[in-house]
Amino acid sequence: MEQRNGFMGHFQYCLSGHPTLPCNVLKFKSTTIMLDCGLDMTSTLNFLPLPLVQSPRLSSLPGWSLKDGNAFLDKELKECSGHVFVDSVPEFCLPETELIDLSTVDVILISNYHCMMALPYITEHTGFTGTVYATEPTVQIGRLLMEELVNFIERVPKAQSASLWKNKDIQRLLPSPLKDAVEVSTWRRCYTMQEVNSALSKIQLVGYSQKIELFGAVQVTPLSSGYALGSSNWIIQSHYEKVSYVSGSSLLTTHPQPMDQASLKNSDVLILTGLTQIPTANPDGMVGEFCSNLALTVRNGGNVLVPCYPSGVIYDLLECLYQYIDSAGLSSIPFYFISPVANSSLEFSQIFAEWLCHNKQTKVYLPEPPFPHAEVAVNMLTQDVSLSLLINTLHFQYGAQFIVYFCFIDWLIQTNKLKHYPSIHGDFSNDFRQPCVVFTGHPSLRFGDVVHFMELWGKSSLNTVIFTEPDFSYLEALAPYQPLAMKCVYCPIDTRLNFIQVSKLLKEVQPLHVVCPEQYTQPPPAQSHRMDLMVDCQPPAMSYRRAEVLALPFKRRYEKIEIMPELADSLVPMEIKPGISLATVSAVLRTKDNKHVLQPPPRPTQPTGGKKRKRASDDIPDCKVLKPLLSGSIPVDQFVQTLEKHGFSDIKVEDTAKGHIVLLQEAETLIQIEEDSTHIICDDDEVLRVRLRDLVLKFLQKF
Amino acid sequence: MDPECARLLPALCAVLADPRQPVADDTCLEKLLDWFKAVTEAGSSLLLLQEHPCLVELLFHALRAQDLSPRTLSFALRLAGVFAAQENCFQHLQGDPSLFVASAAGQLLVHILDLAMREPAEGRVCPQAWDWPVCARKIVCHLEDCLRSDAAPRVTQALHVLTTTFGHCHGLWTQGLWVQLSPLVACLLEKDPMPAPHTLVDLLLSVARSSVPSSDPGLWETVAQTLSRLSPTQAGPLAAGILKLQDCPQALRIQAFNVLLQPLACVLEAATQAPATPGLLEGAAGDLMAVDTLPPSKSACVGLLCSALAHLELLQPLPQRPSPWPQAPLLAAAVTILRFCNGSAAPSSEAGGRLCTMLVGCVRVQRAALDFLGVLSQGLGPQELVTQVFAVLLEYLMSPDSSPMVLKKAFQATLRWLLSSAMPPGCCDLEPCAQLVLGELLAMLQKRLCSPCWEVRDSGLEFLTQVTRHWGGQASFRQVLLASELPELTRQLLQDPESYVRASAVAAVGQLSSWGLLAAPSSPEQPAIPQETPLEALLLILTTDSEGFPRRAVMRVFTEWLRDGHAEVAEDPERFVAQVLRAAGKDGDWEVRVQGLELALVFLERLLGPRGSSAAAPPSVTARALRALCQVQLFEFAFRSLFDCDRPVAQKSCDLLLFLRATATPPGSPQEAGDRPNVASVEAALRRWRAGEQGQPLGELAPEAILAVLRSMDLEALRDTLAKSSDHVERSPQSLLQDMLATVGVLGDNEADCY
Repeated sequence: MEQRNGFMGHFQYCLSGHPTLPCNVLKFKSTTIMLDCGLDMTSTLNFLPLPLVQSPRLSSLPGWSLKDGNAFLDKELKECSGHVFVDSVPEFCLPETELIDLSTVDVILISNYHCMMALPYITEHTGFTGTVYATEPTVQIGRLLMEELVNFIERVPKAQSASLWKNKDIQRLLPSPLKDAVEVSTWRRCYTMQEVNSALSKIQLVGYSQKIELFGAVQVTPLSSGYALGSSNWIIQSHYEKVSYVSGSSLLTTHPQPMDQASLKNSDVLILTGLTQIPTANPDGMVGEFCSNLALTVRNGGNVLVPCYPSGVIYDLLECLYQYIDSAGLSSIPFYFISPVANSSLEFSQIFAEWLCHNKQTKVYLPEPPFPHAEVAVNMLTQDVSLSLLINTLHFQYGAQFIVYFCFIDWLIQTNKLKHYPSIHGDFSNDFRQPCVVFTGHPSLRFGDVVHFMELWGKSSLNTVIFTEPDFSYLEALAPYQPLAMKCVYCPIDTRLNFIQVSKLLKEVQPLHVVCPEQYTQPPPAQSHRMDLMVDCQPPAMSYRRAEVLALPFKRRYEKIEIMPELADSLVPMEIKPGISLATVSAVLRTKDNKHVLQPPPRPTQPTGGKKRKRASDDIPDCKVLKPLLSGSIPVDQFVQTLEKHGFSDIKVEDTAKGHIVLLQEAETLIQIEEDSTHIICDDDEVLRVRLRDLVLKFLQKF
Repeated sequence: MDPECARLLPALCAVLADPRQPVADDTCLEKLLDWFKAVTEAGSSLLLLQEHPCLVELLFHALRAQDLSPRTLSFALRLAGVFAAQENCFQHLQGDPSLFVASAAGQLLVHILDLAMREPAEGRVCPQAWDWPVCARKIVCHLEDCLRSDAAPRVTQALHVLTTTFGHCHGLWTQGLWVQLSPLVACLLEKDPMPAPHTLVDLLLSVARSSVPSSDPGLWETVAQTLSRLSPTQAGPLAAGILKLQDCPQALRIQAFNVLLQPLACVLEAATQAPATPGLLEGAAGDLMAVDTLPPSKSACVGLLCSALAHLELLQPLPQRPSPWPQAPLLAAAVTILRFCNGSAAPSSEAGGRLCTMLVGCVRVQRAALDFLGVLSQGLGPQELVTQVFAVLLEYLMSPDSSPMVLKKAFQATLRWLLSSAMPPGCCDLEPCAQLVLGELLAMLQKRLCSPCWEVRDSGLEFLTQVTRHWGGQASFRQVLLASELPELTRQLLQDPESYVRASAVAAVGQLSSWGLLAAPSSPEQPAIPQETPLEALLLILTTDSEGFPRRAVMRVFTEWLRDGHAEVAEDPERFVAQVLRAAGKDGDWEVRVQGLELALVFLERLLGPRGSSAAAPPSVTARALRALCQVQLFEFAFRSLFDCDRPVAQKSCDLLLFLRATATPPGSPQEAGDRPNVASVEAALRRWRAGEQGQPLGELAPEAILAVLRSMDLEALRDTLAKSSDHVERSPQSLLQDMLATVGVLGDNEADCY
């Protein structure tokens, strides 16, 4: 049973202005749902790098002083190659916390591991008491990213925390980009491992297509989004309303499971975030560019530095490089992967290796060729019956490539093609051989082992740094290292949807409305003529920006109501038109946990005369005896005949725009018959009116 | 017809007429038809039909039978066309749903019409319709009915027949036919929508190429109207056809040219900031140029642009191309299109923005525009435009987003522009602008040679080979190249996993080495490591590479090195030739062996003078040459090749030996008296080789013995035998008829088995 529901609005609170690091809160039905909590780390570009090894260059930078020579900020701000940097522990720009009371958030839905980096700030400091939902790979890899971040920052303790420069009056006097940095007062230092663990403990694991009920009102479902291991889009729906939340998604066939597009159909609103940050660069071309530059450098005796996260694009690169290194004559070049979590990042593959009995292992690790086709590897793996169940589950959830991929990474390590170390200290310094290729973090070049390699290799033009992560402007990232002799190559690899793919997707799933960050509704500022680089849909997409509240446009406003069986039994439907029956119902509407149920009305209280105490349910007021409902229409000719039979004469019928007027001239009475009403207008003659009323009622059905 | 074929023919006709006997395949029937054509051309077809009544029976049967397969029916019709007989049974056939039958029926109609009209037309200028033979009147009547019909397939068929008629029949009667039918065609042109526009265009062009325009100037009027009525996409082929005509009114040519230019003018307009910039269609109506005239859908717009570019590309080199040729605006348009495609052009209007959205990243347009740009290098252009051309080509060559195919086209266009920028033409000095470009190109090439995509490495190497061929001697080019990683990268690519790339690397190494550009790098820090020489490296490929392409490439390079006197080869040419021939002789790839003979021929020419010169070499030269040839074991190689199972190898060897014999033993030269050299062992070996026993070596040979063997061999007869295709026996009509009957015979046996 449906009930029109006009009293409930749906809103989106936009807490992040970053289109690929979204954080939105959706008030949908009676639930408050946070969609992702991305952390904008571009703020760290304003800070000096944290060197792992004492850097004479960085420690001797001059303090910055105002034009008038005032040097009160020289402890906080340092000048380096014409730029001014904050000399302090790097800080991050959090999602908006003032727009909505975050303690009221019921659930947080995470779409991929890049979009959960602000989680500890939300779950640990806002009074949040709800649940976080995410898939297992998202949580595992998200944990690695957080661990790495904490480790990078904590292992280079810096006593100083700069705050003077954040004063609004002072900030105004600073040079760009510090002057233009937004919301600096809300910037926060990195969280601790304890906070990370606590935040992660609030996560409940979900699998693709699993339906999760929220308070009976709303159902949420993660769908494969094809972007990264475990990445998901979310469906948030009630019985009559459906919101699709499309975050980082990809149509490229790499290791994750393909994007589920069909389930996004029939949405009232589709919230679109996480499109490619480099819409003009095709990932395939960029991977080619990456390989070419890498090969050219090492052939020339130079080293290659690839700043990266410990998971994500690095997987794709390793896969492509593997196919390329031998053919390009690079098999003797060592590849190093340095990350405090390198070991854990490869955990999956090691677990797989342990699971496999010895002879299977030798089969899988046949050196030539390791895994030409996905099926081969999976077939080998599934020969072991005890494993097949687990593998099938993973296979089903995350695709065959998922398994093959980890076996491949493990193979790289087993065959010593990829060497991994937690840090530049320890074993690495013994094994280190040049020329080589180093994959290490952090892509911002402000902390992590990459800082050391920038200092070490920056002076030689033989070396190359290749930027593949699209999250940071490479020029800004390089600013504190200038002047730089090493070659810099920008090969951003972003496999997320581009605007052509979005346009096809929207045509395919046809949402009634699209909601997206304002950046997607106009061409990029640097290419204002590229009308193809924006979301093009009808009706035009609704856009949002940071700290905005958006009323979501829902057209359908119905609720589902259940009728108790005994009440349904008591109904007597009457067919008023072929196929349409009506029945009156007297009942009590009971609403609990957002479910609405019609129950039979309480029986009229019997005058028992006993002295029982009244129960709470008896408080419901007695139902009054209801007048019957009428339906049908009055055929004027027959009505006039009936009137004549009952002795009325001198009857005149006039046609009006809405029906007829029957005039009883003698009685000075008129009966106005319209489609949805009949009026008897007589001169204070109640007897006559009742007589006429009864005659009218003869033509109508009652129930 | 030879008696054996005549004997087989009735059986074959019976088989063809029997629907239960499946005909082997279309190729048999095609071959059979070819043979009949040859037979009728050689003699009277009437006689042929009289002598072989089975043929007439087959034709009669084909026209009556209901259950004949379409391929047999089509064959019978075409055969009838060949004999130009059976003129009355065509009409009900023409609407056959089978495309082959309809087409054959159409052709038959044309033949009959031609045959019928030829006779009465003789001696008259142009017979009037009432003079036409009954048969011709019937056909024309049928065509008129079709043209008036509302059924599109009937109209199309009639148009096809007319197109063929005006294309193949050159009698004056065709003028009368046009007078008769042109009002009906004009009616079709006025219909909205126009039926079968492509076929109408074909017809108009066919008529325009015939003798009709000389008698009916009104035709041009019709063509002009059609040109303006057709959509831009439909008008393209008509416009291109008009411009290729040798003779047509200038106004029509201008109109046609404008049709082709219009899409490009729209593109130019879409990118033009200031309206005053001279466009492509100066003087034409302004609204013609509006960007809005481009089709709104992406596929239609892309199709229109690509076809306009392709038409203009074909037109550019023709002598009858429009003059003046708007070289500068065309260059600007090509550059603009390429810029729209890579997103670097800023549109000047909203419509331009839509165009930009449609073209961005469109590989099809990129390819067409790059081809067109390459062709435009044949003309000059203002310096600033040429600079833009190089700039956009560099953008494409450097962009990671260029697809391998686009990249290849960009390389080709760049090479053409570099060649046309030589100053003066043909000289190896480049204009300063091109000089600069070349420097940037080489830097870009380094990266391309490291590409993970083999197609990119391959086209990069091809480009390097070409630029080195042209500018390898130029000082500044040499300087830039030697300072780069290119020589070393090229050398490394000899080990590329992809055989095509290895082949291209071989060619590039050959070219670089020819110009002395592969010298091992040596610097104080890096003392030169003794590397294998290019010759050694290529010899290794020749003897060990598992794929044919790289080995063939090595042979081509070696031949070139020998011809051009490559330094390393010139040190000891005999040793070089001996090594190469030994390897080529053992090669399993016949192209490598043919190339080996080519190299041997070059060696011969070095010793004896070029082929074609009639003068025989002086005896002393001959003697020295023969000694050298024996030393490098050229004869062993050549004689073995003579009996090679692959015909081209044997032919090449035969040519080589004939040349040698002609030069070394000119006719009338005195046979050396006295002791004749003992050639028995040589001849015995040759006999064994001919019989397929290749193991026996020839052993040491004296020059005299060689000459004696050469004299004794009937090389001319061998050459004639080899000149016939290897399957000449199998190709005879007799063999064809036997084969067809044999197939059926097998079926017949099976059928018998069933009972």
